[in-house]
Amino acid sequence: MIKNISNLGDAALYCDFGKEVNKDINTQVIKYFKTIQKKDIAGVNNITPSYNKLIISFDLKKINFNKLKKVIDNLEIIKGESIQHKKFEIPVCCEKEFSLDIKRLEEKLKMKEEKIYESFFEKEFFCYMTGFIAGMPFLGDLDENLRAKRLDTPRIKVPKGSIGLTEQFANIYTFESPGGWNIIGNTPLNIFDSTKEKEPNLINPGDLVTFKRISKEKYQNYHE
Amino acid sequence: MNKNYFEIIRAGINSTFQDLGRNNLYHIGVPFSGAMDNRNYLLANKLTGNNHNHPVIEFAYQGPHLKYHGDKINIAITGNVSFKIKKGDNLINGECYQSFILENDDELDIISTNKSVYGYLAISGTFDLKFQWSSCSTNTKAKIGSNNGEKLSVNQKINVKEINNNFVNRKLNYVNTKIENIRVIKGTNFNYFSEEGKKIFFKNEFKVSKLSDRMGMRLEGKKIENIIDTNIRSEGLIKGAIQVPADGNPIIMLSDHGTIGGYPKIGVVVSADYDKLVQLTPGSSLKFQEVDLNSAETLFKLYDLETQNLISQI
Repeated sequence: MIKNISNLGDAALYCDFGKEVNKDINTQVIKYFKTIQKKDIAGVNNITPSYNKLIISFDLKKINFNKLKKVIDNLEIIKGESIQHKKFEIPVCCEKEFSLDIKRLEEKLKMKEEKIYESFFEKEFFCYMTGFIAGMPFLGDLDENLRAKRLDTPRIKVPKGSIGLTEQFANIYTFESPGGWNIIGNTPLNIFDSTKEKEPNLINPGDLVTFKRISKEKYQNYHE
Repeated sequence: MNKNYFEIIRAGINSTFQDLGRNNLYHIGVPFSGAMDNRNYLLANKLTGNNHNHPVIEFAYQGPHLKYHGDKINIAITGNVSFKIKKGDNLINGECYQSFILENDDELDIISTNKSVYGYLAISGTFDLKFQWSSCSTNTKAKIGSNNGEKLSVNQKINVKEINNNFVNRKLNYVNTKIENIRVIKGTNFNYFSEEGKKIFFKNEFKVSKLSDRMGMRLEGKKIENIIDTNIRSEGLIKGAIQVPADGNPIIMLSDHGTIGGYPKIGVVVSADYDKLVQLTPGSSLKFQEVDLNSAETLFKLYDLETQNLISQI
């Protein structure tokens, strides 16, 4: 349930579902997201679900914070709609040229490179949300010992396909973009296809993801 | 073969097709995009007799140099822009906020934006474009939008589908004003920053960094100290949100921004100041000034009224 609604600037509602991050809270967020999407409220431009927040941005010409807050306060959440769990195995090459921050992570986590990778590749991840850049999946949860902060100054360019870690999450840069996550490898797989208007994202909230280490040779000769 | 087209002699630095942008895609990571300076975008379309969501060419710093082939067409440029029109041996100095007629073989050379970043070129016709999610808006980082998600490039042709036979000469008396005080509403993580940091945010000047583009405006200034956590759980972002990463330098989210971010948000630029904010060139100074939600809403009403008033004068 929404614990608190406040304003983010003059054209967005900030719905807070509490401090905790887990699959149950995230499922609540997704339910609200779907309900609001179906309701098609005039003036609402975008609804962005994340782990434990929902941000609703709107056109200030058509509606304002107080009016929209009333609508959301009185919302009845649609029950049911089980989320589908597709499974994916993502190939990752961890050669030096791709693992931009592995040395930094060894220091931050006080762990050896091989231990970091071992723990990472063993995990099955849950997709909490997609975004930042088109189609980027936010995958959790990393083991406690793999949790590190973002870079102090985000990079101007993170290469397409980079696999990043931060806090309890892993992500995949679907194209070259600025970004501050700790990069440990790169996938040759295309995660976002902008030519598909209907389902451009390979991975969607609720999907399950594992990573598989591949050699540089396999990476270079990779054909989807 | 299309008979009306523009030939690109020089593409300019970052010339892209833009309209009002696209909605309801943040949740898959596709930003709003659209023209950065909404007011100048709307004025350009009105000057050429178009409806308000009609594709235009947005350019930054240096615009394109175009040669036109085809039936006569009206064009208008908005912003603070120097441009020339070449008709045979005749070279005409262009004026912003005024329509001009281009005929076969005329050239339009958009030389530069002056003390501002973005300018707009609208035509009294329809560029032949492929839309994506009902918008032409081009996001070159994500390769989304018309022109295969790319900026314009030299020797390319831009086809014009239809010309509206509306050759009325339209003009508007308008001068863009520059602002240095950007009004903001406190962000959801305002209390993450030290008392000194908050003071710096509202009292000190910040400089617009060269590393600014349609995604974001990076600022440089005295470091804003964080006392709680330099990271938050990644959550949705909006246009105008000001994030402060661990290095203490604010980054303002602009129209092609990432839809999710994990740095604390110290503030959000009010909607009324957005068009003017994006026009600040690298090296310019700005200051933040706090306003509350009510004032921000009133400021926007006034700004929008002023825009509508300008449109009705054309």
